Amino acid sequence: MKIDPIHQFNVEPLFTIGRIGDHTIAFTNASLYMFVAVGIIALLLLTSGKQLVPGRLQSVAELSYEFVASMIRSTAGADGMRFFPLIFSLFMFICVSNLVGIVPYTFTVTSHLIVTAALALLVFFTVLIYGLYKNGLKFLKVFVPSGVPGYILPLVMAIEVLSFFLRPVSHSVRLFANMLAGHIALKVFAGFVAMLGASLGVVGWIGGVMPLALAVALTALELLVAFLQAYVFAILTCIYLNDAIHPGH
Amino acid sequence: MAESHGGAKGTGAHTEADGGHHGGGFPPFESSTFASQLVSLAIAFVALYLIVSRFALPRVGGAIEARQNKIEGDLAEAQKLKDQSEAALKAYEGELASARARAQAIGNESREKANARAEAERKALEEQLSAKLAEAEKTIASTRATAMSNVRGIAADAAGTIVQQLTGVVPDAASVNAAVDATLKG
Repeated sequence: MKIDPIHQFNVEPLFTIGRIGDHTIAFTNASLYMFVAVGIIALLLLTSGKQLVPGRLQSVAELSYEFVASMIRSTAGADGMRFFPLIFSLFMFICVSNLVGIVPYTFTVTSHLIVTAALALLVFFTVLIYGLYKNGLKFLKVFVPSGVPGYILPLVMAIEVLSFFLRPVSHSVRLFANMLAGHIALKVFAGFVAMLGASLGVVGWIGGVMPLALAVALTALELLVAFLQAYVFAILTCIYLNDAIHPGH
Repeated sequence: MAESHGGAKGTGAHTEADGGHHGGGFPPFESSTFASQLVSLAIAFVALYLIVSRFALPRVGGAIEARQNKIEGDLAEAQKLKDQSEAALKAYEGELASARARAQAIGNESREKANARAEAERKALEEQLSAKLAEAEKTIASTRATAMSNVRGIAADAAGTIVQQLTGVVPDAASVNAAVDATLKG
């Protein structure tokens, strides 16, 4: 049995929707899992009760609401609450996609750089456009940290500009690389168990206990990473939006 | 790699292009899938954003706010009731204190009245008694005076008789009286 840890990331078209220019637009397994994530979020938020004493589903919905709301308030202030739907959508979409991706034989939407890059660019342009719209040219103060001596200011400004335009890169690659690496590691360890058993018989199955235990531990770690990366993505979004709302450090 | 798949895509043979993926291409960098993924992501994310902003957040936020309002309302109600019970307790204590004061006043008043009455009665009785005493003393004095004058008379008679018996001479009444007076005084 050959281990192919990359196979799980294949995008397989299920049916073709149409064409834009010379690009074929297909409904793929990635599309399917994007809509699965949206469906799970909608189901969670729209079917949870409205009881005074919440049940489990309602608690999950309200906890996620409060979690994101307090994240925005603490990093971007009360003005940041206008971006609550955006940040909440990003957080929930990434978190649910990551968690769904841990289930064996599923597809992880966020393990594709194009998806995370699109989300990161959405944040980047939201910050850029809202910052310029709200503050005009004062938005450029983002690049001029206060309290820096004049003679190194050009250097610092160059670094600030560079880091500003590299934000979407780090923002997207962080999520993509975490998901990709975690799933490859899981697949390698899990495949190793099957490979040992298939090639060495009983001895192999007994020897496979170790990689199996590792795969279980890695799954637990991946659960943590799935949530943590969604949180990191959301809180970085809040921090970037804070620059747009309150430019000048 | 991306170019080769771009070419395959250009022929419209998407499935065939995908069939070639297993050969060792790295799926996240297969540019032929980018357009499909971007379109799907755009549709899915816009749908999610609309669901979240139009329905989900107002719904969940409303439930949280309703609970918050309910809790605040209940706390305010509890505070109101507590204030009411404290006011009632205060009123009760005030009432109790005034009742106690009134009872004390009534007690004092009646005690004073009783004392005054007793004092008056005592005074009247004492006056009565002292009058009686004075009267009795007067009676005693007069009785004694009468008695004393009787005694004097008897003593004078007796002395006159004794002197007559002894001397056979009837003494002069005036000298006998003088002698008796002198004796009584001595």
